[in-house]
Amino acid sequence: MNSEKNKPVLELKNLHKSFGDNHVLKGFNLKLFKGENLVVMGKSGSGKSVMVKCLVGLIQPDSGSITIKDEDIIKIGHKELDILRTEIGFLFQGSALYDSMTVRENLEFPLRRHKDKIENFQGTEILVKEALENVGLADAIDLMPAELSGGMQRRVALARALILKPKIIMYDEPTTGLDPITAKEIILLMRNIQKKYNTSSLIITHDVDCARVISNRMILLVDGINYAEGTFEELSNSKDPQVQAFFKN
Amino acid sequence: MLVNIIFGLSFSFMNSSNTILTRTKSFFAEIGDMTLFAGRFFREVFSPPFEFKELLRQCYNMGNRSLLLVGVTGFILGLVFTLQSRPTLMQFGAQSWMASMVSLSIVREIGPVVIALICAGRIGSGIGAELGSMRVTEQIDAMEVSGTNPFKYLVVTRIVATTLMLPLLIIMGDAIALLGSALIENLKGDVSFLLYFNQVFDALKFSDIIPATVKSVFFGFAIGLVGCYKGYYCSKGTVGVGEASNSAVVYISMLLFVIDFIAVFVTDIFF
Repeated sequence: MNSEKNKPVLELKNLHKSFGDNHVLKGFNLKLFKGENLVVMGKSGSGKSVMVKCLVGLIQPDSGSITIKDEDIIKIGHKELDILRTEIGFLFQGSALYDSMTVRENLEFPLRRHKDKIENFQGTEILVKEALENVGLADAIDLMPAELSGGMQRRVALARALILKPKIIMYDEPTTGLDPITAKEIILLMRNIQKKYNTSSLIITHDVDCARVISNRMILLVDGINYAEGTFEELSNSKDPQVQAFFKN
Repeated sequence: MLVNIIFGLSFSFMNSSNTILTRTKSFFAEIGDMTLFAGRFFREVFSPPFEFKELLRQCYNMGNRSLLLVGVTGFILGLVFTLQSRPTLMQFGAQSWMASMVSLSIVREIGPVVIALICAGRIGSGIGAELGSMRVTEQIDAMEVSGTNPFKYLVVTRIVATTLMLPLLIIMGDAIALLGSALIENLKGDVSFLLYFNQVFDALKFSDIIPATVKSVFFGFAIGLVGCYKGYYCSKGTVGVGEASNSAVVYISMLLFVIDFIAVFVTDIFF
């Protein structure tokens, strides 16, 4: 029973990825446990987004293994990967809302390939409304993304990531480009969602405030490897100058 | 002094020949990539799931929204062509050949090429810019993560839509061009519309219409393929979107003339 609880829902082992001569990831390791908020911090261009895109199969790593819910996503086929992706919500850095579709259509889009999920959850309309209510934007259902502010777009993107009730949510720089107040609202929203659905969250960020509020555990990604690991308090009190550089104002 | 000039000239010649070589290499590499892209299209177009709703939306966007542009272009083409040809035909007393000459020229060659070039600018650049901006704002990635094959949803539907819509637009444009020509003949030469179109249908044979229609199917395919290719593999942010849109029009225009040459060559053999 205890070993089942300690089993990671997501595990990355010795991940390598290069773009030409640029070795971005040089043996990165990560374990995400059930109900945990894991923050991966690193400088801009350190490979955080590459790592998270490897996790959802958008980028093929050069070597290493990625196990999500006991399945190695590098080895499985497209169909199996699509099924596994229903268990994963992904919030993109720039929201990535489909700008030719309304908010409703944006939220319905992930459901069109996973009709079995709709039957389980009593229809599209209920799911869309519930997801929008979770992010406090029920009134924006018929608006176009261009009519929404940056913060509202991020909320709608979060609602879209949540619509299939995923067990794991990945956030790629969730507060980038937002003002401090809106950023704080998004962070609190992320925390509430994690509590409500008991999801496991992987948060990629360089925002210290975000990490402080939301993290249970942190990994610092430096030079393509996990340079340091621990809780926010442990890392922020570290004497290592490379670690300290992240927490200095 | 002379040695310096010769050295300088040979250095700049080597430099420019290197640049030409590099550009030629990248041009052929791009043609190779585009061929692979076309291969992927043929693999995906016949395999389920089929995105019929999106296909209809694209057909509406590309067909219906190009009607006015194609109509106006066709009408002016017919007017100008007839006005310019009249004096020359009159010199030889061959005005009665006007309807035959204009209809054959427009249906076989000028109509398809001009309308395809107009659509390259209207549709090809639009596809390049739309898919390019979807790529740089990660919308294509978001589609993939949500379990939808973006190639099937975005690329296959657009290529099929342009392949279906362009022949229809060209047929409509040809008809409007002939109407413009008939109007000039009616105003300047006292030829009734009925007589004009009788002469048109006397002059046109199936061997004129069928190759032109087949050619326009290939034109439509080329517009969709190159527009999608340029947009789908767009990079370098907003600058890349502009480049994708611009280079899509350049490549499509070149490709249209190549297809036209091949079509004329093949038609010449068989008809």
